Amino acid sequence: MAPRTLAQKLWDDHIVARGSNGEPDLLYIDLHLVHEVTSPQAFDGLRVAGRPVRRPDLTIATEDHNTPTLNIDKPIEEPTSRIQIETLRKNCEEFGVRLHSLGDIEQGIVHVVGPQLGLTMPGMTVVCGDSHTSTHGAFGAMAFGIGTSEVEHVLATQTLPLKPFKTMAITVEGELNPGVSAKDIILAIIAKIGTGGGQGYVLEYRGSAIRSLSMDGRMTICNMSIEAGARAGIVAPDQTTFDYVKGRPHAPQGAAWDEAMEHWSTLHTDEGAVFDAEVFLDANTLEPFVTWGTNPGQGVSLSDVVPDPAAMTDEHEKAAALRALEYMDLVPGTRMKDIPVDTVFMGSCTNSRLDDLRTFASIIKGHTKAEGVRVMVVPGSARVRLEAEAEGIDKIVEDFGGEWRFAGCSMCLGMNPDQLAPGERAASTSNRNFEGRQGKGGRTHLVSPMVAAATAIRGTLSSPSDVSAEMVGA
Amino acid sequence: MEKITTVEGPGIPLHQSNVDTDQIIPAEFLKRVTKTGYDDALFYAWRQDPNFVLNNELYANGGVLVAGPDFGIGSSREHAVWALKDFGVTAVISARFGDIFRSNAGKQGLLAAKVREDVVESLWAEIAKNPGIAIRVDLEARDIRCGDIVAPFEVDDYTRWRLMEGLDDIDLSLQQADAIERFEQSRGSWRPTTLPARSA
Repeated sequence: MAPRTLAQKLWDDHIVARGSNGEPDLLYIDLHLVHEVTSPQAFDGLRVAGRPVRRPDLTIATEDHNTPTLNIDKPIEEPTSRIQIETLRKNCEEFGVRLHSLGDIEQGIVHVVGPQLGLTMPGMTVVCGDSHTSTHGAFGAMAFGIGTSEVEHVLATQTLPLKPFKTMAITVEGELNPGVSAKDIILAIIAKIGTGGGQGYVLEYRGSAIRSLSMDGRMTICNMSIEAGARAGIVAPDQTTFDYVKGRPHAPQGAAWDEAMEHWSTLHTDEGAVFDAEVFLDANTLEPFVTWGTNPGQGVSLSDVVPDPAAMTDEHEKAAALRALEYMDLVPGTRMKDIPVDTVFMGSCTNSRLDDLRTFASIIKGHTKAEGVRVMVVPGSARVRLEAEAEGIDKIVEDFGGEWRFAGCSMCLGMNPDQLAPGERAASTSNRNFEGRQGKGGRTHLVSPMVAAATAIRGTLSSPSDVSAEMVGA
Repeated sequence: MEKITTVEGPGIPLHQSNVDTDQIIPAEFLKRVTKTGYDDALFYAWRQDPNFVLNNELYANGGVLVAGPDFGIGSSREHAVWALKDFGVTAVISARFGDIFRSNAGKQGLLAAKVREDVVESLWAEIAKNPGIAIRVDLEARDIRCGDIVAPFEVDDYTRWRLMEGLDDIDLSLQQADAIERFEQSRGSWRPTTLPARSA
């Protein structure tokens, strides 16, 4: 057999019926994650057509986008949010889908919950009505976001008609400097290839810098594949992956584990396989990376300045930059480190796992937050929250002057009360700096957990080395 | 689903690249549990500006949106497509689309016509000369006509066929029920199920 990429192997393994004459392949879906926002119309569609959920045992739901991160024992105040969550509860009961509701230990952001339960594994196809489903590709799974029509399609058939994605290798070689993390890698990649650079592709992240990342770091990278336009991103599974999966509630055991390992060991891009596109990034020279604009591709190194649109040659890029600077209320040439923030948001499906919280806590520990800055820390799931509390992270956040919240999507998209006020500026560990994303008129700088922590201490966009330099100076 | 062969309406110029789905419909409108009634939510923030193109009464009943590259990037929310349709937008023309948006549009009968960038530029120029001029998007001929402009657009064969025949995607997949069942029997036993939960 001709050498194949990992993406091609994952695809081939799930073809129910191969399309001919330009028709799509019919692809089997191993795991369907469901949440309250993109599913109500899909369940309605099933009801209208009189169709059941074909495989409730390959489907799982949780509540995350609308859920409050305070007073979770009280009814949700906002009526439309409450109705949407009640609708999910009714639908799951009617169609026999397992649901992790608010208050359940496994409740949380859908892309934190799947891996934590051991439901996300190498060699699977995973979908969800959420573009950040690309997160699960960190396990060597083909995972991608779908729209509500496709949610209904998967509920009804456990398949999707799709044409294979093109493949792009993104090789990141070298060793990360202190203060640089997975988030900086992916922000730098998006700045390099642009928000449309990955359209039509699945991105395979490879190279020594990727191999040395924890699963949490790999999830951060795959999570933001969609911000480069790619529906999916993958990392070939290795010992780090297997160690993470083993022993989790849904992980295979005994003979089934051996069978799985036999299959998983084949999940890598073959020597000689050809990608449709290749991109290289040098990890050694990478600095903390932050965004200055209103799309995730508008980023620079933290030590850099706000770029000047006048120097941009591409007309669309220039127009977008002018508009972004106006919205962000920034002047070209301003040092990124001179930009003050009102809020630091530590959370979202990009950066709310235990590793992220540990990193954040290790930097703020012993400090007090900058005056006037609101610091919100929102764990990705109820379980992550408990695990963090067992390590005393909640105390560190509270002693710092930060708010320790309950789990959910929270201020990443402000569907619950956690929002920026108009004109407010945030350093946010989330994934999108679109206009109004975190609240009408709110301004977002995307940052890593380390930069978020240092920024919370100093009040202006900062790296951990700025904090330690200050300590020495004092 | 309704069969679609051509759509026609006034060309609506949206001189912006990277129009993300958060702009097309902000998250606050995603709390609804229905599939229609989103016309008021379309470009909600931008419509607060009286000079925004959709506030021009020429486009009060919708039309064919002509946008800069990378239209529909970001979130998977199909609400973006529903809102465009509810407003009366029957087709979007752009040089590049977000993958999920384009797929959602194909499922819902909103034409996402991918063209060369110079075609967008010439359509914008034509609309500037003749505001309100109609654009006709012909799925059968795979071309766009506006004034003297005739330009081809890209659409994948399968989506085109399905839209022209008005076929339901789910029905088409369920016709393969036997193949799905055969596939299910061959799946490895290590693959996880959500019911019942296994214990650690």
